[in-house]
Amino acid sequence: MNYLRRTFLRGTGAAGTVAIAIAAGLLKPGQVLAAEWNKVAFDATTTADAMKGLNVAGAVESKDILIKAPDIAENGAVVPVEVTSKIPGTTSIMIFVDKNQNPLIADFEFSNGAEGFVSTRIKMASTSHVKVAVKAGGKAYTASKEVKVTIGGCGG
Amino acid sequence: MADAMKMRATMQGDTADVKVLMNHIMETGLRKDAKTGQLIPAHFINSVVAAVNGKTVLEAQWGAAVAKNPFLGFRVKGAKAGDKITINAVDNKGEKLSGETTVA
Repeated sequence: MNYLRRTFLRGTGAAGTVAIAIAAGLLKPGQVLAAEWNKVAFDATTTADAMKGLNVAGAVESKDILIKAPDIAENGAVVPVEVTSKIPGTTSIMIFVDKNQNPLIADFEFSNGAEGFVSTRIKMASTSHVKVAVKAGGKAYTASKEVKVTIGGCGG
Repeated sequence: MADAMKMRATMQGDTADVKVLMNHIMETGLRKDAKTGQLIPAHFINSVVAAVNGKTVLEAQWGAAVAKNPFLGFRVKGAKAGDKITINAVDNKGEKLSGETTVA
C-alpha cells in the first residue's frame, strides 16, 4: 500500500489527506484510470488556487465563451449550466463557483471531434459568480456569470 | 448497478448531440446526518470517460459539487447515425457505472 501511496502523492503533488485517497479507491492495483484525479485543484478553497492547480492561472477574459445559466436559481442543489466555447481548438472546459467551499466543479477534456460544449447541473452554496475557464491552443481563457441562489445546495 | 445511466444520442446536422443522466447520490461530504450530527462521508463520481466507437471523445474529472443524479450533455462532430457511444464513470469509492447507446 505504501508504495502505491507514494505514487499517488507524486502524481498529484498532494501532501497529507492520504486516508481520503485510500477511501477514494484510487489506489487499487491494476485499476486503469484515464487520468489521475486532480486532487490539488479540487481541494482548493479559492478559485484562484484551483485555477493554478489546473494551469489556467492568468487566463484572459474572452467573449467567445458563452455561459448559459439561470440569473436566479431557486434551488442551489440543481443549477443547470451550459458552456459553449467558440474559441477554435478548444481542448478543455472547467467550471468553478467562486463561493463554494471547493470552487472547482468539473474539468472536461475534449478530443477526437468533441465540440467545445458541455451541459451539466451543478450545486451552488450561495449566490456567486459561475466562472468558466477554457484551454485552447495552449492558451487559457475565462468568462463568468453571476447566478443568484435562493436556497443553497451545499452543506445544510 | 442496474440502470446506472440513461442515455440518448441524436444527430443534429453533422454533430451528434449526446445526453446522459446518471444515477448517483453525489454526496459532498459536507452535509450532516440530521439524527446523529455526524458528517455524511463524501460519495461522488469523480471520473467520466465518453467514447464513440471506442475512441475517447471526452474525459471529465468531477468534484462533489456536480448535482445529484448528474446530467451530462456534449456534442461530437463527425459522428454518424449508428455509432456506438459508451460512457464509463468511476466514483470516489471505486464503484463503476457505465452506459451505452447508439446514435439515432
